[in-house]
Amino acid sequence: MSEATIDADLPAVDPRGAGAEEPDYLRAETSVRSWLLTKDHKRIAIMFYASVIVFLMLGGLFALILRTELLTPEKTIIDANTYNQMFTLHGVTMVWLFMIPAIPGAFGNFVLPLMLGAKDLAFPRINLASYYVYALSAIIMLTAMLAGGADTGWTFYVPYSSTSPTAVSWMGVGIFVNGVSSIMTALNFIVTTHTLRAKGLSWHRMPLFIWSIYGTSVIILFATPVLGMSLTLVALDHSFGLGIFDPRYGGDPVLFQHLFWFYSHPAVYIMMLPAFGVISEVVCSFSHNPPASYRAIAYSSLGIAFVGFFTWGHHMFVAGMSEFDAGIFGALSMFVAIFSAIKVFTWVATLRGGSISFATPMLYFLWFLFLFVFGGMTGVAVATQSLDVHWHDTYFVVAHFHFIMVGGTLTSFLAAAHYWFPKMFGKLYDERVGLLTSVAVFIGFVFTFLPQFLLGNAGMPRRYYSYPEQYQWLNVLSTGGAWLLGAGLLLTLANLVIALKWGRQAGPNPWGSRSFEWITASPPSKHNFESTPLVERSAYEYDLPEEVARARVPAR
Amino acid sequence: MNELMRKILFLPPQASTIASEIDQLHYFVILVTMAGATLVTVVGSYFLFRYRRTAVAADARRRGASHATPLWIELFVVVSLFGMFLAWWVIGFWQFMRVRVPPEGAMEIYVTGKQWMWKFAYPEGANSIATLYVPAGRPVKLVLTSRDVIHSFYVPDFRVKQDAVPGRLTTLWFEVKEPGRHEILCTEYCGAGHSTMRGEVIALSPQDYEGWLRGNLPEPPVAGPAYAPPAVVGEHAPRELVSMVRQGERVAAEQGCLRCHTLDGTAHLGPTWAGMFGSAVQLERGGSVVVDEAYITESMMDPLAKLHAGYQPIMPTYFGRIHPADTAAIVELIKSLRAVPVQPGGRSPWATVTPEGAEAGARAREVEGGPASAAGEIGDAGTGSERP
Ligand code: HEM
Ligand SMILES: [Cu+2]
Repeated sequence: MSEATIDADLPAVDPRGAGAEEPDYLRAETSVRSWLLTKDHKRIAIMFYASVIVFLMLGGLFALILRTELLTPEKTIIDANTYNQMFTLHGVTMVWLFMIPAIPGAFGNFVLPLMLGAKDLAFPRINLASYYVYALSAIIMLTAMLAGGADTGWTFYVPYSSTSPTAVSWMGVGIFVNGVSSIMTALNFIVTTHTLRAKGLSWHRMPLFIWSIYGTSVIILFATPVLGMSLTLVALDHSFGLGIFDPRYGGDPVLFQHLFWFYSHPAVYIMMLPAFGVISEVVCSFSHNPPASYRAIAYSSLGIAFVGFFTWGHHMFVAGMSEFDAGIFGALSMFVAIFSAIKVFTWVATLRGGSISFATPMLYFLWFLFLFVFGGMTGVAVATQSLDVHWHDTYFVVAHFHFIMVGGTLTSFLAAAHYWFPKMFGKLYDERVGLLTSVAVFIGFVFTFLPQFLLGNAGMPRRYYSYPEQYQWLNVLSTGGAWLLGAGLLLTLANLVIALKWGRQAGPNPWGSRSFEWITASPPSKHNFESTPLVERSAYEYDLPEEVARARVPAR
Repeated sequence: MNELMRKILFLPPQASTIASEIDQLHYFVILVTMAGATLVTVVGSYFLFRYRRTAVAADARRRGASHATPLWIELFVVVSLFGMFLAWWVIGFWQFMRVRVPPEGAMEIYVTGKQWMWKFAYPEGANSIATLYVPAGRPVKLVLTSRDVIHSFYVPDFRVKQDAVPGRLTTLWFEVKEPGRHEILCTEYCGAGHSTMRGEVIALSPQDYEGWLRGNLPEPPVAGPAYAPPAVVGEHAPRELVSMVRQGERVAAEQGCLRCHTLDGTAHLGPTWAGMFGSAVQLERGGSVVVDEAYITESMMDPLAKLHAGYQPIMPTYFGRIHPADTAAIVELIKSLRAVPVQPGGRSPWATVTPEGAEAGARAREVEGGPASAAGEIGDAGTGSERP
């Protein structure tokens, strides 16, 4: 320790960080206490990482139970009430315990300060607290689940939710607490980005990942309170019969839908923007090319964050809203697609003229491309009102948002898991197994969700425990795909866990990336940099030889 | 072409007048979507291959040559994409207006969703459960509401859908092209029986429809209730699963209604319920009102608002004291009594009902069931026409 403090004031001697005597953050202290009370953003990131993986597995288990139940038109393994609780749990777990915290909590926390050349986030204690608040929310939700669960779906539509005899209020409390955690994280990211950038690191030199995390944080800050309040109102309705949304007492159930989607539409971008950030990093690092247009990618994130607030009504075309409103919401939804399209084209254009190394993260990028474009285009399709009348609340919508969310967010989560694996743990995973499991994930995915588009076309409504027989074989196909997807994910996890112990040493910058998080050692020391770097280039200067690029960010 | 695409996409038959038009747009949108996604992926894969590191290392000229991707290409693509999305929107919105705005002179049918069945009330006074009878070749406008939670009325063959929201009226219209039967599904999650909340639209030729209204069920294969009782309801079953009317009796007894009101036409502290529904009632403050659902509900919640002439203002309010489903059940009970004549001293058809709320006997069934009481098992009225 004392050595580090002395060193910090000296200019870096060995820019490669090869002779770093200071132990890395994993080995700096090893007691359990030093983990549980750590203020190191990297350790907090690891705690988030482990937690979201647990919840991904839990949510996945619920999903497999659901899919298995749907093998036959009537009862297969569970009864209707269990089924209804199961899809609620699946949705709640995946949305709030996995999808929203996954990339920001695990990777944002880990690499954001490294990319900025900072020693930590602006408020390390708040960061630690945000993890425990998240954990608390998970405990509340799991307790609610044991105490009778909730059977309302993750959307909590009233008056069903305010009259359901299940533990809806507790679920609501859990989600409220969860929102507090996201807000704490978001605030921390915003302040850090504004105040802790290294000298010379102007906004347009920052890695694109930071732009997207920044955009996400802004959305979280504006949207999450609305969700917290509307679920609080539902919980009050449920517990005390206030009747805010209950027509029995003059309340309005459609009002709840407006409030809910005012959060939950932006929430889909809370899940998506971090994914965009990961993809931008992966594409540039592995194609050794600067983004075809830095500004296009950076500003379209902000554009999406903005327009995303004005499209919520597209979830309510048949809920009893005026035709005029429906028209406006339909048109505004198209803009989101345009911003997304700009991003997609820019990524593809970035590949052009690059020098591409085809590693596992890059394969995930390819899957991402297909799933996101197809999922996004079906988004435009469902925003086309006359078509949505048929599709709304059928399996088509289920397929649409799984293509986008699972296809978009999960593939980039996996891309990030592989891409930053050497950064986080200093080891390399097995590349061949990585590619193979990635293929399994993709095939499983397509088999799971492509049939669901057709089911939706054929008219199968979502949240159906039993279904007319004509829908059976597509359901069987989908269930088969789900099992394959589950297996693929487990193998992926196994590959990474094995690499944790037996992987080859990675070295500080195994991918030859120019992004700033690779400047420091992999894994980084407890304080990231011994001296604060001075940034004299942007994060994507691939035309410079590696040594020159390295020398323009003197630090270790 | 249409048939082929429809089959490939697993779309159901196009039974309504607007269905095929909507499907045309569907084909266009889905084809472009698929093609777009594939194109982007193929271009991406091609780049991944062409600019792979091994190839670039072997041939240094490849690298950097096309470094600055012409931005105007991207701009062009984005702008034309936007044009296309806008075109979809214009067509989609135009169609949406057609789907939403019922034509003048459409025939109106009232639809009530409740856990977990659909009820239909026709302007001529008939009503039915789960099976909606409509004339083919005539626009039909449904006016929907719900008794409890939100439901959504969906007929895939017609490409129409509309939420039924408690406390609101929403509308939906369609015109069936030919006689036939079409599935109704509920698409807004509404509890344990959500997926069993199915029904059927039976489109009849105009003559058959007239006949049906007069009480002649058309011959099979066109007719017959398609409603299957919810197989799985568990503890969330609505209490009145057996019959709304029977539930009404129980509630009326439990809540003490029957201490003042009678069911058999005898006079008591409050007006008898026999024969009351649909009759005109003189009000204490002058004027009169026809007894309908609204009046009954209002009388329960705010009894003094429209006091029946000749009665004391002694009725307590039930506002906040009675579950909405129970309110509905009492309304159904009163409706079912509309044909009971007002006979002072007459015997109640519900002779088994006591203030303790004992189970009604089989006799009650006879009165309420009617010819089609197969569906009366779950319903509060027959599937056939029910006339006063
Ligand atoms: C190209 C941009 C997109 C457009 C135009 C779009 C459009 C739509 C529309 C119109 C619906 C409502 C369909 C219905 O309920 O009938 C919908 C549902 C949904 N979308 Fe998207 N979407 C887009 C991108 C996304 C993204 C990026 C995500 C998530 C990361 C997402 C997640 C969802 C979810 C979760 C639902 C369903 C919510 C529910 O009913 O439970 N969408 N989308
Ligand atoms: Cu949305």
